[in-house]
Formats: sequence, C-alpha cells, structure tokens
Amino acid sequence: MKPPRFEYHAPSTIDEACALLTSLEDAKVLAGGQSLMPLLNFRLARPAHLVDINRVAGLDRIYERDGGVGVQALARQAAVEDSELVARVCPLLSDALRLVAHRVIRNRGTVCGSIAHADPASELPAVLLALGGHVVARSKRGDRKIEAGALFAGVFETSIAPDELVVEAWFPRSPKPSAILEESRRHGDFALAGVVRAGDRLALFGVAPTPVVADAKDPARGLQPSGDLEATPEFRLHLVRVLTEKAFAA
Amino acid sequence: MKVNGFAHPAPSDPRRLLSDHLRHDLGLTGTHVGCEHGVCGCCTILLDGAPVRSCLMLAVQAEGHEVTTIEGLAPEGAPLHAVQQAFHECHGLQCGFCTPGFVMSVVGLLEQHPQPTDEQIDEGIAGNLCRCTGYASIRRAVKRAAVLSAPLTPDSSTPLTPDPSPLRGEGANPPT
Repeated sequence: MKPPRFEYHAPSTIDEACALLTSLEDAKVLAGGQSLMPLLNFRLARPAHLVDINRVAGLDRIYERDGGVGVQALARQAAVEDSELVARVCPLLSDALRLVAHRVIRNRGTVCGSIAHADPASELPAVLLALGGHVVARSKRGDRKIEAGALFAGVFETSIAPDELVVEAWFPRSPKPSAILEESRRHGDFALAGVVRAGDRLALFGVAPTPVVADAKDPARGLQPSGDLEATPEFRLHLVRVLTEKAFAA
Repeated sequence: MKVNGFAHPAPSDPRRLLSDHLRHDLGLTGTHVGCEHGVCGCCTILLDGAPVRSCLMLAVQAEGHEVTTIEGLAPEGAPLHAVQQAFHECHGLQCGFCTPGFVMSVVGLLEQHPQPTDEQIDEGIAGNLCRCTGYASIRRAVKRAAVLSAPLTPDSSTPLTPDPSPLRGEGANPPT
C-alpha cells in the first residue's frame, strides 16, 4: 500500500508542465490525487514519472466564459461546489459535486482531474456530456478544444494525448430543468447507476465503459452494463429506468 | 512545511506519503492509518486549515503548507479543543482508532457550518468509518462541539444535558 517508484517533477508554470509531458516517457499528471494516489498506493498505476501541477500558480480560477463556467485545472471540487458563480450559471454542476465522494475528498480533488480520470461511474464526466461542454487541452503544440462527446474513449480512457494537460473544463449554462440522480450502496460511494438530465438531454453513468447519451423515452436501450457484487446488470438497467423517470418527472 | 506550528524539512524521498511522514519521520502517531486509499478517513489532517486525507498526499506536496494533526489541536497542558472535549463528554469513541480522523473532519465541518443541521452532520462525517459506536454518539458529539465552539453564550457554560430527541437507528420501538 505504498506508491511504486517514480520520478517526481513539480513544475511551476504551465509551459514547464507541458515541456515535461512532451519530453518524458510514461508520465502522469498529478492534480488533486484523490483517484491517482489510491491507484499508486494499490500499485494499479505504475507511471515512470509524476508531473505534479500543484505548484503551478494561477491555475485554480473559476470564471464565466461564453455564457458558461470555465473551471481551471487546480480548482478544487469544494471551491467549485461553494462558488456563487457556479450556483448561478450552472447549478447542475453544484448539485453533482455534492455527490462526488465526501467533502474531505473534495477539499483536495479537482473537477478537471475527475474528468481526465474518466471513471465510468463518476458524476462529472456525465455532467460534461449531458451539458455538451468541453475541455481545453494544452501542449507545446498549442490549445486543443475537445468536446465531451469526443473525449471519453473507454474505461479510464480519454482522447487526451500523453503530452497534453487539461487546463480548463468548460460547462455551458445548465438549462431548466436539470437534475442529477444516482443510486449507491452508501452515500459517497461510486454510483451503481446514475442519470444526468440537462433540459431534454440525458446522460447516464455507471452503466457503460464511458458516460453515454441516452433517449429519455427508452433510456436502457442498447445498454449492456456489467454485473458485480454490488449490482447485477438487470438491477442497473432497472435503476436507469427508474432514475430517468424520476429525473423527467420533475 | 509547518507541522503544528513548527517548521520541518520535507522528506527527500518523494514516494513518502504524508501520513507515513507524520507517523514515522516526525513521530506524530496520533494520525492513524487504516485503508491507505482514502476510504476510511482515519488519516484526516488539516492542510492550511481544511481537512484532507494524508494518505492521498505525498509528503513533498505539503512543502510550503501548514499541516495540523490531532496533536496540534490543543497545545500540551492546555484544555482540550472543543471538538475533542465534545467527543470526550458524549462518548463519541470506543476503541479510538477512527477518532483522530473524525475529530479533524468535524473541525472542518464546523468551520464550514458552525451550527450544522442533522443532515449537514451526516454529510460531514460520511467520509469517516467507525466500526464501534454506530455513529449515534458521534452525532451527539458534533452537536455538543458546535455548542462548545460557539461564541460564549449563557448556554455554552451549562453542563451537557441528554439529547431529548430520539436517535435514528437506535431504540427498540419506533414512535407510535
């Protein structure tokens, strides 16, 4: 339960971080560490290099941009949860954050990190997808906008290139009505299944290798969720139907 | 990094977890280590005043920051911190393994919500596991801590009185 060997880098600017990501082989970005550190402690992840971006100044801002909210790479989940701007422009994001683990985890965890980690059962990727937001990935080659629909490629896999650093996640204004509902065995655990409603759009999480957009009238169509000790595939499909119904009843 | 007000050098090995650094290098064994993957909450400390998991941080990341452990809540010889005092009064612990983590989380909770509602209390302690108490006395301790840490009112100097409200999940018969 201790991290494997790695070489530690703590750049103080974004340019420096991007230069490291370009030159290093097998490097991982360390932001809040609330997902990466457990993986290291379990030795499920064994990157040769860790690029810790926590020393980069001025990368923790939350701002209004193009009618939505931009959240920078080091904005902690707790800060975004408490942000009046987010509550006003994108209350769906505030609601979703309250379901992300626990407050003590959110004090350290970041919004961009959650999205880049792309856990299929996590809330924020599904929120980004339901809203049709994007991330801005920076590298020495420049900035690249990656739409949520093109971002999530598989379990813990994204289309972010190894030399790219997610510097911002952008969430559009959340339409009315919006809602996020999930079912988990204990409060704060990963969801067995969850649904995000943004106006007429519906995204599901916990039931496929990535968050998926679904049709509210027949949300379980085409889904083949996996089963485990906590829930059978049938139960997950049941939850999808029930949670969708609840989300659209409001 | 500053730990409980004193400056310490960060360890040279970047693999060193903050929890291990506190316990093994600085001898601050009040910070307990349960699961080492962020689930149990035993290793919760304050980083610049906000509770975080010390097992999910590298010690080198705390360089330049202020760390407070359970040992630093009340100086030696001084009265207990309000949250410690409340856990003591309300029997908010049995074996004590989870207690340092609970206390640090509750310090953060009361910082965020000085007069927490029942729901906020449950939310605030949901990230800490206790296998002994069943949480009822911990909930009581949080309420007591809120009273003890409130600015001095006639109320806070009165001794602890039993909470008249029934405890959820306890008692044989539901109210009829």
